[in-house]
Amino acid sequence: MRLRLVRRNNDSWLIKVAVPIASILLAILVGWIFLALSGYEAAETYRRMFYGAFGSAYNISETIVKAIPLALAGLAVSVAFRMKLWNIGAEGQLYMGAFAAGGVVMMLGDWPSILLLPLMMVAGFIAGALWGFIPGVLRALWNVNETITSLLLNYVAIAWVGFWVFGPWKDPNAMGFPLAPRFPEAAYLPVIPGSRVHIGILVAILVAIVLYIVLKYTRWGYEVRVTGESQEAARYAGMDVAKNIILVMLISGGIAGITGMIEVSGITHRLQQDISAGYGYTGIIVAWLARLNPFAILLVAFLFGALLVGGFGVQTYGIPYAIVLMLQGAVLFFLLAGEIMMKNRVIISRED
Amino acid sequence: MKRMPIIEMVGINKSFPGVRANKNINFRVYPGEIHALLGENGAGKSTLMSILAGLYRPDSGTIKVKGSPVRLRSPRLALQAGIGMIYQHFRLVNNLTVAENVMLGSPGRIRTRGDLIEKRVRELSEKYGMAVNPHARISHLSLGEQQRVEILKMLYRGCDTLIMDEPTTVLTPQEVKDLFNTMRLMADRGKAVVLITHKLNEVMEIADYVTVLRRGEVVGSDHIENLDENALTHMMVARDVIFQELNRATQSGSTVLEIKDLTVPSDRGHAAVRKANLELHQGEIMAIAGVAGNGQRELVEAMAGLRPIRAGSIRMQGKEISHLSARERTAMGLTLIPEDRMGMGLVPNTSVVENAMLRNYQFPEYRRGGLLNYAKLEAYTHSLIDRYQVVVADIHHPVNYLSGGNLQKLLLGRELDLNPKVLIAAYPVRGLDVAAAQAVNEIMLEERSKGTAILLVLEDLDDIFRLADRVAVMYDGEIKAVLDVSETDIDSIGALMLGAQRVGV
Repeated sequence: MRLRLVRRNNDSWLIKVAVPIASILLAILVGWIFLALSGYEAAETYRRMFYGAFGSAYNISETIVKAIPLALAGLAVSVAFRMKLWNIGAEGQLYMGAFAAGGVVMMLGDWPSILLLPLMMVAGFIAGALWGFIPGVLRALWNVNETITSLLLNYVAIAWVGFWVFGPWKDPNAMGFPLAPRFPEAAYLPVIPGSRVHIGILVAILVAIVLYIVLKYTRWGYEVRVTGESQEAARYAGMDVAKNIILVMLISGGIAGITGMIEVSGITHRLQQDISAGYGYTGIIVAWLARLNPFAILLVAFLFGALLVGGFGVQTYGIPYAIVLMLQGAVLFFLLAGEIMMKNRVIISRED
Repeated sequence: MKRMPIIEMVGINKSFPGVRANKNINFRVYPGEIHALLGENGAGKSTLMSILAGLYRPDSGTIKVKGSPVRLRSPRLALQAGIGMIYQHFRLVNNLTVAENVMLGSPGRIRTRGDLIEKRVRELSEKYGMAVNPHARISHLSLGEQQRVEILKMLYRGCDTLIMDEPTTVLTPQEVKDLFNTMRLMADRGKAVVLITHKLNEVMEIADYVTVLRRGEVVGSDHIENLDENALTHMMVARDVIFQELNRATQSGSTVLEIKDLTVPSDRGHAAVRKANLELHQGEIMAIAGVAGNGQRELVEAMAGLRPIRAGSIRMQGKEISHLSARERTAMGLTLIPEDRMGMGLVPNTSVVENAMLRNYQFPEYRRGGLLNYAKLEAYTHSLIDRYQVVVADIHHPVNYLSGGNLQKLLLGRELDLNPKVLIAAYPVRGLDVAAAQAVNEIMLEERSKGTAILLVLEDLDDIFRLADRVAVMYDGEIKAVLDVSETDIDSIGALMLGAQRVGV
C-alpha cells in the first residue's frame, strides 16, 4: 500500500471549517488514550482543561491575557516573514523592549500616566527595533544570515536584562530575588476592572489592522511582498531591497519591543528575569499557523492562550506538567497535519 | 517488414488540475529509430515522456516494453526497463567527476572499482563518438559536455530507449552536430532515441519518424520522407503560420545609446564583458549574437543598471547614465525584458494584477489618499491584457498559471507601456511556441517602427536574420564585430560566435 498526496485545486468552505475541527477532535482522542493508559481520568482532565481556559469570566480573561503577547509576537515576526526574512529574534527584541520600558520608569517614574505610558511604548518600540536593526543591517549590507544573528541576539538580550535586575536595578526590598522595583501605578496599563485583561488587547488589534492595511494597500507593503517573492524582481523594478530589509527588521523588532513593554507594564509591573514564557518563539508558530494573516494571528493566539491556561488548570488536579505539554503538542500536531490535509488529498493506492 | 516496437504506449490519459495533458495517446517507438516528438509548448510532449520515464503515472492506458506490459512506477523501474530520460536541466553533481557521476545511483555494491568504471566510460564514449574525460569535474565542463555525461550515464545503465527533452537548446551549432552524430550511432546499434523538440529544422535533419502532438492529442505521425516543414507546422499549430519576410526598410536615425570601453564583472568577479563598444540608433533592431554565457547577460544587466560596471561609460542621448539607478534609467526611457521572465521580469506566486502594477505602483495617479488604488490598477491590468492579447482566466490568479507566451506578452506589454526610447530584450522568444514567438516578434517590429532603439540578445540565427538590422557578435566577453545583417550571412556570424576556440574537449 502506498500513500500519496495530491494537491487540492479548490478548497471549499466545508473543508476549511471541518478540517480544523476534526484535527482538534483527533488530538483530544489521542490524548484520551494517552491519559487513560497513564491511569488518569481523561474526561475529567479535559473538562478541567476546558474549564480552565473558558469556564468562567475570569478564566477567559486569563486566556486573553496570554493571547495578547502571543498575538503581538506573532504579528511582529509575520512582518519579517512576509519578506522571507527569518526573524527568530522576537524573544530578544521583546526583552529589549521590556528593558527600555523599565528604564523609562526607573528614570521618570513620577510622571503622570498619560505621558509615561506612551513614552514607555515608544521606548519599547525603539529598543526592539534596534535589536531588529542589527541583524537587518548585517543582512542588507553584507548578506549575513539573519536567522542566526537574530537568534543569538536573544541570548544577549536576556542576559542584558538579567544584568540589570541582578545588579544596578535590583530591588532592595525583593528579599534577594532578581527583580527590579515595582512600577508606580502610573506605569500600569489600564485594565478591564476585575480582571487582568489590559489595554494591550486593543494594541494587538490595532497593530493587526494597521499591518493588514499597510501590507495590502501601500506601495511599501507591495514592495515587501514583491521582495519576499523575488529579490531579483524587486531589484529589477528599482526597489531598494537593502533599505526595505532594514525597515522590515526595524518594524518587526519594534512590534516585538512593544510586546515586551506591554508585558512589564500590564502583567509583571516590574522588570524581571522571566518576562516572557517563550512568546517570541511561540509567536513564530502562531504566525505560521495563521499563514501570516494578521487577523488569523489574533485568532490562533487566542487558541494558544487557551492551551496554556487550560494546562495550568489541570496541574492543580494533580496531572504532571509533562502530560499537559503532551496534550498541547498533540493539538499542534493535528492542526499542522490538518493543514496538510486541507491543502492536499491523500490517495491510497494498492501496490500489486 | 513487421518489427516488434521497443516501446508501445496505448490509450494513455493523464490529467493535471485543470488540464488534460494527454488524451488517449498511442505512441510506438521501434529499435534503431530516431523518433521526434514534436509539438508546441504545452502540447503534452514532456508529460507523455515523463510517464514513460516513470516520473508520472498515467490515469489510464498501458505501456509495453519489448512486447511485455510494464508498470513504470518510478524512474528506477523505468531504467530497469531500459528507458532513460535526459531532462533539460541536467541531474549531475557538480563537484564530482564524470566517472563518479556515471557510477552514482547505478545498481551494484557500495564499493565499486573506479578503474573499471572509467574504462567502461571510455569505451562507451568512444563507441558513440562522445569526447569526455572521465576524470574531469562536472563544474569544469561546458553544457554540451555535461549532456554527454548524462547520455553516458544512461548508456552505462544499459538503456536502450533514450528520451531527450529539447537537447539542443543549450548547445552550440557544432555541439548540435556532434549530438546528432551520437544519436545516429545509437540508432545504428539498435537503440531507440526519442527527441522532444519544437524545432522543425532539427526534425527534418535527424528524425526517422515523427509524432506530432497538439493539445494533448496525437494529430499525426509518419515517416519523415512523407513530410515536409509546412506539413509539420500545419499539424503543430493547425493554422498556417506564414513565415513572411518582415519589412526591414532601414530607417535608423540618431544615436540613442552609446557604450564605450565597457567592462563588467561577472558574479564571480572576473571580467565577463571586456571593453565593449556599441552604438544603438533610433528605430533599429540590433541583435547580440553569441553562444550563451559569453557576457550577454552581464552586458544587458549593466546597461539596465542591475549590475555595477568596472570601467567604461554608458551614455543615453549624450548623457552619462552608468551611475544612475535602475529606476532612474527606466524613468529616462531605458527598459529591459530580462532573460529570467519569471523571477526577475515577473514576480512568482503573485497575481496578474500585482505583476501588471510592478512599474506603475509608484505613480501618483494610481494612488488614492496615499493608498494604492486597486480599482484603477485592475482597470489598467484589463486594458494591458486586452491590448497585448494576454490570455488570462482571472487577473487575480497567480501568474504561475500563465503559459510562457502569455507571460512574455504580459511582461512586454507592461514595459512597452512606459514608452521606452531604448528597449533591451534578452532571449525574448526563448521557449515560446511558434505562434507566441511570432506575436512577440511582431510587437518588437512595431516598436521599432515607432522609433524605439531595440537591442535583442538572440540565440537563434534565423531570428537574427528575420528581425535585426545590425548584429553584434559577442565572444568571450568581447564584441568581436558589428555587422549589417544585409551584408553578412549565417556562416560568418556562426564562425565569429565560436571564436577561434575548438568546440568540445
